[in-house]
Order: sequence, then structure tokens, then C-alpha cells
Amino acid sequence: MPSAPTVLQLDQITKRFGSFTANDAVSLSLKKGEILALLGENGAGKTTLMNILFGHYVADEGTVSVADRSSGALTELPPGQPHAALEAGVGMVHQHFTLAENLSALDNILLGTEPLFSARSARAKGRARLVDLMQRSGLTVDLDARISTLSVGEKQRVEILKALYRDARVLVLDEPTAVLTPQESDTLFETLKTLAAEGLAIIFISHKLDEVIASSDRIAVLRLGKLVADQPTAGSTKLQLAELMVGQTVTLSSRPEQAAGRVLLTLQGASAGDGRAAIHDIDLALNSGEILGIAGVSGNGQATLARLLSGLEPLRKGSLTLEERDLGRTLHGQSARTMIEAGFARIPEDRHKDGIVGAMSIAENLAIETIRAPQNQRFGFLKFGAIAERARAAIKAYDIRCQGERAAARLLSGGNIQKIVLARTLEANPKVVLAAQPSRGLDVGATADVHRRLLDARARGAGVILISEDLDELMRLSDRIAVIHRGRLGPAEATETLDRSTLGLRMAGHDHAADAGEAA
Amino acid sequence: MDFLDIFLNANFWAASLRIATPLIFGVIGALVCERAGVLNLGIEGIFTAGAMAGWMAVWLGAGLWGGVAVAALAGAFFGLIHAILTVPLGLSQHVSGIGVTLFATSLSYFVYRTALPDVSSPPRIEPFKPLDIPGLSDLPFIGPALFQQTALTFLALFVVAATAFVLYRTPLGLAIRAVGDNPSAVESQGLSVYGIRIGAVVAGSALMALGGAFLTMSAFDAFFFGMVNGRGWICIALTVFASWRPGKALLGALLFGAFDAFQVRLQTDVGSFIPGQVFLMMPYILSIAALILVARKADYPRALLVPYFRGQR
Repeated sequence: MPSAPTVLQLDQITKRFGSFTANDAVSLSLKKGEILALLGENGAGKTTLMNILFGHYVADEGTVSVADRSSGALTELPPGQPHAALEAGVGMVHQHFTLAENLSALDNILLGTEPLFSARSARAKGRARLVDLMQRSGLTVDLDARISTLSVGEKQRVEILKALYRDARVLVLDEPTAVLTPQESDTLFETLKTLAAEGLAIIFISHKLDEVIASSDRIAVLRLGKLVADQPTAGSTKLQLAELMVGQTVTLSSRPEQAAGRVLLTLQGASAGDGRAAIHDIDLALNSGEILGIAGVSGNGQATLARLLSGLEPLRKGSLTLEERDLGRTLHGQSARTMIEAGFARIPEDRHKDGIVGAMSIAENLAIETIRAPQNQRFGFLKFGAIAERARAAIKAYDIRCQGERAAARLLSGGNIQKIVLARTLEANPKVVLAAQPSRGLDVGATADVHRRLLDARARGAGVILISEDLDELMRLSDRIAVIHRGRLGPAEATETLDRSTLGLRMAGHDHAADAGEAA
Repeated sequence: MDFLDIFLNANFWAASLRIATPLIFGVIGALVCERAGVLNLGIEGIFTAGAMAGWMAVWLGAGLWGGVAVAALAGAFFGLIHAILTVPLGLSQHVSGIGVTLFATSLSYFVYRTALPDVSSPPRIEPFKPLDIPGLSDLPFIGPALFQQTALTFLALFVVAATAFVLYRTPLGLAIRAVGDNPSAVESQGLSVYGIRIGAVVAGSALMALGGAFLTMSAFDAFFFGMVNGRGWICIALTVFASWRPGKALLGALLFGAFDAFQVRLQTDVGSFIPGQVFLMMPYILSIAALILVARKADYPRALLVPYFRGQR
């Protein structure tokens, strides 16, 4: 739509945090009815830029202008004032939802739309407007449901309705598909296209190349805070975009052919946990020299499964056997140490919280799981020299970017923290590697590194359990994939026999039995 | 048995309501603060400050309602200190609250001692008198049981209704409930997290101070050291018992008042063979028991104790 009027203009935005420049003279403009994809690695400055647009941050230099509602002339927004952005018609859907869980959907949408000190709230009028809005946009939610009872997809719809209720003309979505199933993502993009056709200008932030190419009109790429490309989607290719994001040629590691070995780990009828996150009757067999992928939308029991295999969650029922050794019994004793000593390596989902002790040094974090081993202590006294020496070797081997082995682990970026976790767990030559969302939140370079390490472990003969929500990652790395839904694990099937839509349907809870029944 | 007769005595019900009144102010004040996400352990000291300031104002010549206003202002002042320390500065709410309690208590004693250096028995004021409501107060049993209270007791009951209305029926209440659950929900809708939290803590602290003022201006007619005697802490427990709901808060305060009134009367009945301290313990033991039953299911405001800093998630 070349003739459409410009509704948003970012001019020479620069933002520094100390000596780090998060945004460097970035200029962008957006036209009415246009869908712009903002692409970039983690730390490229996408979220910072959008937070400046929305007034959460104040830019050091540069201006944000939004078209005036009546005249259409571009008017500069006062910096650092979210309510000014809201009034000008900028709506934002954050990656972490900004909803009060104890309130209804309606209350969350009405919050802040009326003067605080009015004696009553005009709920009936608001509800009528929302019902109309839901009909036109196709975004339906139960307005009276408490947010805590809604699914992730429904919460996202509430967030979009929040913006539409305020007559947003520019809608910003930060990584909107990160928490959705493939089918939910498709529905979301259809909705966005409908909204754009009605004149809404949309910016969505993403690092998934497929959806960027499928669903945008124009693509802007940020790298290290600089705008490196602003081009129409037509004619853009995945490879070209990936190279723009990373700034160098990208090689995606692929899985070499390798015959699976003997059975390493078996779970039979395993149940653990309680409530929504519980797992029930899980059967699983992991061979040496293979990567077993576990697909599923987050919150379907993956976390409990990971905790079970880490020794942090007792086995309630069933058995857990590693090389014919029954570990189920020791699990009742709740010992992570037993599992580590039996040969499990744990790459936890939340690496900041469960992967490191932030206040401790890199060297200490590297030694922490084997602190009782003779190479780390003698008569209960730590061998600082040996620990530091091994840490320096690991920093070199794993390319951990830091100021030395004594630096506090919390000062590192997510990718480098993950390298600490990898170095700690994989150096011990584990039999089973449990990788929970190992590349979540990492940039392309760090992700490639994680993948290479997992494939190395596989080549060495370890069995790897890869829990992920990223289907591309699962299909590229896994020999077999099983889907987990509501705490039940489907059968693991060879990756070659599966495709994305089958996996997506299973992730949404359509099991084979039902499919087979329909086919018959 | 004698102790059943206690319940048939209008005097017992009147005493329950009277004992409950300062707790009603306190628990509603604590509830307003905590609904906005700020625990206010300054409550014990704010009670003392309210008691002292209200009494002192009347003793110096102000009217009774003037004294109430001075007490509320004193509470708001200490609430503001707590709010500034915990909301924009994001300091530990426990540490700041205990600090405010120590500061407000000591300052009250200090002012009292400085103003009255040589007094051995505390000077008295003319306190609030029980209201005589035409018709209602003369009803048999119900009249003396419920309608012979002072104006402050009726104000406390009104405060419960008004707080429930504001919290559940107005945009302001919506914002307070939201900010205690997820401050970024409030910020993303263009409202000020700091403004709402500071406002709630100041208003809640003013209510707490009225609980103190009731002690010196209605229940008694003078200010003594140690007269608050843990009532503030009881209010903090009652807030959990009430699941942060004004109606249940009123119920909890009345229950506690009833326990207290009951044990006093039971003492005179059977005090000859059971030591009196056992009865003094009773309301506290019962409130702990009630908490154990209720608190497991308590629906804590999710952002309680969590400071909010702009631009962080």
C-alpha cells in the first residue's frame, strides 16, 4: 500500500545503557494497514526499541512521532509516558503478559480507561462495545472469566482486545508466537491480517524466519542495535535474512546418520507431580547415541518430566531404570546427587534460576555438581587451584565470554550462562543428557553452539532427551519425536515419518486413536 | 452452665463490638495496603501514633472530630514514610515496616513525655459518648447489644462498606486490586504504579491510626504506654484470615472481639480454679487456629512484597 498515510515514525532513536548501545540511530516508519516484522537476534535491541516507542524507556536521542487522530499530521510523543503513547493510539502486547490474574478479562480491559476517581464504573457500556469489537475482529474470549483460568492463547487475545478497546492504530506484538502452538499461531496471523485490512498498522517482533516471511509486508532487521535492512517481504529469503541477522554466513548443523545403540534409560508407567503439571503413565525408552525429542506446548508436564529425571521430583508410580539399574527407589529419597552420579546431565529450562548460582564465580559454578569428587576437594577442603585451572580450560574450550573464571556468573549473557551449564554437564561424560528448552532465548550463534554440543554428545554415545517447543529445532536434531499433552506422552516415532502439522495437531491434543478412528 | 448465659447477655454483644472496633479500622487499613501489594508492618506504631495524636489534640483543646482528623493525619504521615521507602525505593517491606513501628511508637512516647514531664497519672479527656439512636437504641436486647456504641464504631462499620464499594465497584478499586496482582498490568494501561501504591498505603495507614484513636478517645479517656498491646499485629493476621476481603475482615474482627469479651466473662465465672492467663491466651490461640484452617487456601495478592521498578520485568 504505497499510497497509505504514515502513522508512525521513529527518527534516529539512540539508547545507551552505560557503555552499551542498545539502539544506534534507528529510523523506521509504518504506514496504515501495514504489517512490519522486526527481526533480530536476542540482544539486538528489538524490545528496547519497542519499549521506547511505548514510553517505558526514554531514548537518549531521537524522536517518536504518531499521526494525530484528527488531522493525520505526525506529532511528536512526549518521551517516557506510556499513557501518552496509549492516547496517541499505540498498543503493545508484551511477551510476558501484563494482565492481573485475579481480575476478569473485562476488568483487565477496562482498567485505566476511566477516570480513577469516578464513583461508578461504566461496565455495561464497555461490555457492549467489546462484544461488538469481538465480533468484528474475530477475537473471542469469555469476558467474565478470571484471567488465571484462561489459556495462553486466550490471554493473548485479551491483550490484543485491550489495545483495540483503546482504539489503537499501531499494534506492537513482542514475540507473539513464542508461547503458541503452530495452529494457534496460524489463527493469530489470520486475525492480524484481518485487522491490518481494516487499517491497523502492526509491528511484530520475531526471530522465527518462517513466520516473518509468511505473514509480513515488510521486514526490518536489527543487528547489535543498528538497523541493517528495511525491505519488502516479497523477494526475501530465509538464508538472506538469517545472514542479515547474524552478520555472517550461517551454517545450520545437521544430524549425521548414526545407528542407535542399546537401550539406556526406560520409564514404565511413570507418574509424578500433581495438579495441572503432573505426568501420568509415561512409557519411554532412550537408546544410546540418539536424540529423543519431546514436543509440546509449555505447561503440559514437560517441567515435571524434567524434574523427575533430574531427581527433584519423586516418582509416584511406575519405574525408572538406567542400564538395568532401578533408580525409581532412590528417587523417593529425592536426590539430585544420585542422578548426577548415575550419569545424568541436566540442562535446566530456566538457566538463570536453576542452572547457575548467580552470586558465585564461574569457576565455582563449573565445579558445583561434582564438588565432592576427588579432583575438587581433599579432606573436605576445596582445591582452589585445580578448580580454577579446569575452569580456565572450560572457558577456552566452550568459548565462554567473560572477564575470567572469578567473575560472578550472573554478569554473563544468557548464551554464556548456557555455555557454563553445557561445560559443567557435558565434561562429566554423562550417559543421559536431559536438555530442557536448551536454546530458548538464545541468539542464532549461541543456539548453533548448543546444537553442536548436543550432537557431539550423541556421537559420543550418550542418549539425549530434548524437550523443546521449537518444532524446527526438534525436527532438525531428533532421531525420534514424542508429543506430550496434558501429562501423557505419545509414542516416539522416527522424525522422517512426521511432519509439522501432525506434530502441531498432537500438541493441541488430537491423538492418533482419534485420527485413526476418523480415517476408518 | 453459666457460660451459655454469657451469650444471652446484651452486655456481651456490646462488648464484642466495642473490642472489635479498633481491629476493624486496623484490618481494613492493612487490607487496603496489601491489596495494593505493600505489607505495612508499621501498623503497631501507627496505632500508637494515632492514639497519642488524637488524644493530644483533644487535650490541647481541639474538638473530638478534630482529634480524629489529627490522628488520621499522623497515620498518613507515617504511611507516607513507609510508602516512599518501599514503593519508589523498593526497600524490604518487612524492615521498613518494623522501622516505622519503632519510630512511630518511640516518637509518640517522646512527644507525650516532653509535653507532660511531671505527670504521674495520665490526664483525662472527655471521650466520645455512646450515641442514642431514637427507636433502635430502645429496642429490647438488640438496642443495648448493638445500638449503644460511640460514633467511631459506626464510622468503622461505614468504613468497611465504603472500602468494599471502592474496591469492587469503582475504577480506583480496580486499579488497586490490579496493582497488587501484577503492577505491569497497571503500567501498561497508562496508570502510575507508584501513585496508586503510595495512595493506598497512605490511606490505609490513616485508617489504622483511627483504630488507635478509638482507644484513647472512645474506649478509654487517656493515653498510656503500651496500650496498643499487639492489636496491630492481630490485624495483620486477620487480613490473611479474611483472604483480603472487607466483609470477611469485618467478620474476623468481630470474632476476635467476641472471643475477647467471652474470655473476660468466663474468667469471672470459673476463674477461681483456672488461672486467668489461660483465658487471656484464648483469643490468640483461637486466631492462630483459625489462621491454620484458612491460610492454606489464602489467595495472596501475587505482587505482595514484590517491589516494582519501571522498565524491568
